[in-house]
Amino acid sequence: MSYWKEIIDGGWSLVEGMRVTVRRLFKPVVTVQYPRKHLTLSPAYRGHIEFIRFPETGMHGCIACGTCQRRCPSSVIKVQGLKAHAKSAKFATHYLIDYTRCSLCGLCVECCPTQTLKYSTEYSLEGTSRWSGVIDLMQRLEDKKS
Amino acid sequence: MLQALGNILGADLSRLLVGLIAVLAFSQLNALFLVWLERKVAGHIQLRPGPKEVGPFGLLQTIVDGIKLVGKELITPFKADKKLFILAPIMIFMPVLVGFLVLPFGENLIIRDMNIGVLLIFAFSTFSVLAILAGGWASNNKYALLGAVRSVAQNVAYEIPLLLSVLSVVLMVNSLKFSEIVAAQGRVWFFLVQPVAAIIYLICAAAETNRAPFDIPEAESELVAGFHTEYSGMRFGLFFLAEYTNMFIVCAVATSLFFGGWHGPFGFSLGLPGVVWFLLKTYFLLFVMMWVRWTFPRLRFDQLMNFSWKIMIPLSLANLVATAAILKFI
Amino acid sequence: MASLIQEPLDERIYSLNLGPQHPSTHGVLRVLLRLDGEFIVDADPIIGYGHRGHEKMAENRTYEQFMPNASRMDYLSGLIYNHGYTLAVEKLAGIEVPERARYIRVICSELNRISSHLLWFGAYIMDLGGFTPFLYAFDDRENILDILDRVTGSRLTYSYCRFGGVARDIDEEFITATRAFIKRLRSRWADYHNLVTKNVIFIHRVRNIGVISPELALRYGVTGPCLRACGFPFDMRKMEPYEIYDRFDFEIPTETACDAEARYLVRLREMEQSCRIIEQALDQLPTGQHRNDKVPFKVKPPKGDVYFSFESARGQVGFYLVSDGTSYPYRLRARVPSYGNLHVLVEVFKGTLVADAISILGSVDIVVPEVDR
Repeated sequence: MSYWKEIIDGGWSLVEGMRVTVRRLFKPVVTVQYPRKHLTLSPAYRGHIEFIRFPETGMHGCIACGTCQRRCPSSVIKVQGLKAHAKSAKFATHYLIDYTRCSLCGLCVECCPTQTLKYSTEYSLEGTSRWSGVIDLMQRLEDKKS
Repeated sequence: MLQALGNILGADLSRLLVGLIAVLAFSQLNALFLVWLERKVAGHIQLRPGPKEVGPFGLLQTIVDGIKLVGKELITPFKADKKLFILAPIMIFMPVLVGFLVLPFGENLIIRDMNIGVLLIFAFSTFSVLAILAGGWASNNKYALLGAVRSVAQNVAYEIPLLLSVLSVVLMVNSLKFSEIVAAQGRVWFFLVQPVAAIIYLICAAAETNRAPFDIPEAESELVAGFHTEYSGMRFGLFFLAEYTNMFIVCAVATSLFFGGWHGPFGFSLGLPGVVWFLLKTYFLLFVMMWVRWTFPRLRFDQLMNFSWKIMIPLSLANLVATAAILKFI
Repeated sequence: MASLIQEPLDERIYSLNLGPQHPSTHGVLRVLLRLDGEFIVDADPIIGYGHRGHEKMAENRTYEQFMPNASRMDYLSGLIYNHGYTLAVEKLAGIEVPERARYIRVICSELNRISSHLLWFGAYIMDLGGFTPFLYAFDDRENILDILDRVTGSRLTYSYCRFGGVARDIDEEFITATRAFIKRLRSRWADYHNLVTKNVIFIHRVRNIGVISPELALRYGVTGPCLRACGFPFDMRKMEPYEIYDRFDFEIPTETACDAEARYLVRLREMEQSCRIIEQALDQLPTGQHRNDKVPFKVKPPKGDVYFSFESARGQVGFYLVSDGTSYPYRLRARVPSYGNLHVLVEVFKGTLVADAISILGSVDIVVPEVDR
C-alpha cells in the first residue's frame, strides 16, 4: 500500500513544482537588456578616484602631502608636488593612479586632509594595453573643465 | 516538367523522392525551431528573455550558432580511437531520419505506410545507444566513458516499459500500422482510454532521449558534459541536433498513439487541416518536455534504474495484462 | 602528494580527478577520487590552488589597509568578515563604537548572511541538475545586492566597516527597501518549498546522503550549519554574543538527521531567523553618529593579542591578532570554517557514489578561497 502512496505523493509533488515554474513563465522578465538600457548607479558607487574642483579656487585642493600614497594598501597612487616658494604650501603637479591594482577600499578618499578626492562614476573603462589602467587625475580635471 | 519526371520515375519512386527531400528539409527546420523554442522557454521560466537580438524574437539565433559551430576546429583527443570517434556523431544522426518515413503527418501524408511502422521507429532509435557508447569509449576520457556506460544501462532499462505501453495500444487496434492506429482515434483519443500507458510512455520517451530528469549521460554538473565532453565543432552540433530530432520523433509517436494524430478533439476538425493538428499537438508535447526539464533536478543513477525496474515495468506490465483481460471479455 | 597517477591496466580501482576545473566544485577544489566502478574507495582533497597569502599580507599592511583583504577571504560573506575583523581590532585597541553604528553593522551582516545562503541554495540545486531555482534565488539576491550597493557602494567585496563604526550612514530609502525586501522574501518561501523541498526527486537525492555522525563532526572541528544539522545548537551569536546580538530574539535552527537534507533545512530556516533579526534591529534603530570620530587614522593597538570569533554564513570564524605596539600587526591568523568542513568529507565520501559526492560537497557549502586564504 505504501508503494502506491509513494508513487501518488511523489507524482503530486512533481506537479506542484511544475505549477510554480509555469506561473513564472508568464510573468515579465526581470533582466535589463544592457547595452540598450542602463541601470542607474547607486549614489555610493565607488569608481576610481578623481579630483573635486573647488568653486572658490576653480582648481583642485591637493597639497601633495602623500597621505593617500602611504595609506593605499596596494600602492596605487603616485603624487608629486612643488612649493611656489619656501614658506608656501605644496601644490600637486602630478597625480597618477594605477587602477588595475586598486581594490576600491576608499581609504584614500577618507584620509585626504583637504578632502579633494571623490569617487567617479566610471564603470566602462576599456583599453588595449595595461597602460590604459593608468589614470592621470590632473588630465581628467582638465578634460572635465569643458 | 515535374510531371514528366514523375511519369518517368513512376508514382512510387517519385513519392519516395519528394518524401526524402521533405524529410531532410523538415528535420533541419524542426531542429532549428526546437533549439530556439527550448532557449526561449528556458529563458522565460528563468525570468530572462532568451535569445532576442538575432532576427525577430531571436529566431535566427540557431542558424548563427550553427555557422559558429561549423567554423570551429575539430579536435581529436590524444590516443582516441579515430575511426569510432568520427563515426559516432554520424551514427547517431542517420537513424533518426528513418523515423520520419512512417510518421502520419496527415490523412494521406505518410511517406511509407508500412505494416510494421511502430516497430520500425523503435528499432532504429536503438541505434543511438550504440552511437553514444562508441562516442564515449572512443574519447579516451574517463568522464566520457562513465557517461556512455550510464547511458547504455539507462536506455536498455527504459526501452522495456516504453514498448510495453505501446503494446497496450497496439493490442487495442490490432495493427502496427500508424494510419490504422490514428484512424481508430476518430472519436476518442487513446490517452483517455489508457491514461497509465500514456504517462508511462511520456516518461520513458524522456528517458530514451536523455532528457529532463534523466539526463545523466550528459549530466552537466557531474561529469562536465558526459559522453560528448571531447567533441567540438560540428560533431557536437550533430549530437545536439540528433537529440532534438529524436525528441520530435518520440513526441510525434506519442501524438499518433495516444493523442489522436491528425484528428481534432472529439472528431471536430474546426476547419484546420490534419497536419496542423498533428504539429500543434506534437509541439505542445515538446513544450511539456522542455517545461519538465527546466523544473526538476536529476535523479541519481541507481535511483533511476530502480525507478525503471521497480515502478515502470510492473506498472506497464499490469497495464498490458489489464488491457488484454478487458479486451478478451468485451 | 599525488600528481601523476600511473596504474597497471588490470587494477580494478582507478583514479578520477574531480578536478580544479569542474562545474560543481565551488572554486578551485581538487578531490582525487579512487573509484571502484562508481563507488568511491578513497578521497583526497588537494587544496592550495587558491592561496593568495592573506596572512602574510596582513603582516605588511596596517590594520585599516587590511580591510579589503578581509572581505576577499570569503567573498560570499564579505561583510561578515569585515565586521568580525573590525570587532577584533576594536577589542584589541579598545575603541568605542556608537550604538547606531552597531545596529547598522548587524543589519548589513544579516543581509549578507541571507544573500550567502540564497546563493548556496541556488548553486546546490544547480549541482543536482535543476537549473531554475538558481535563477529564482539570484533574483532575490539581486535585491539584497542593490540595497547594499546603495549604502556601501559595492556589491560583493564591501569594505564598509571602519574602526569605530561604518563608512557611510544609512538613510530612509535603505530602511524602506529592506523592509520591502523582507516582505518579498517571506512570500517566496512557499515557492521554494513547493519547487524544491517537497520535490520527490530532490528528497531522494538528499535524504540519508552524507551523514556526518556527531562524533565525527566534533573530531574534525565542523562548525556552522553542518554542526547544527547534527543536533548541536552551536552558534557563536548565542554562545558568546558579540556586538548586540543578545538584544534580539531569534532561535538557532537545529536538526538531528545529520544528512544533506538536514543541512538544507537548517539553512533555509536560518534565513528566516536572519529576517527576524533584521526586523527587530530596524525597529530598535537609534539615531546618532555612524562613526566614532576620535579614532586616529593609523590605529596603534597596545601590545598584546586577541582571539575573536564570530559566526559567518559557513561556520565559526576566528581571528587571532598579535600586536607588538606598532601600526602593523605582528601576526594575523584566520581560522576558517570551510577547512574543517572540507576535511570531514574524507571520511564521509567512503563508499558513496560519485553523484552522491557532488550532492554532499554541495550541501556542506565550501568556499575554496576561504580554505586556501
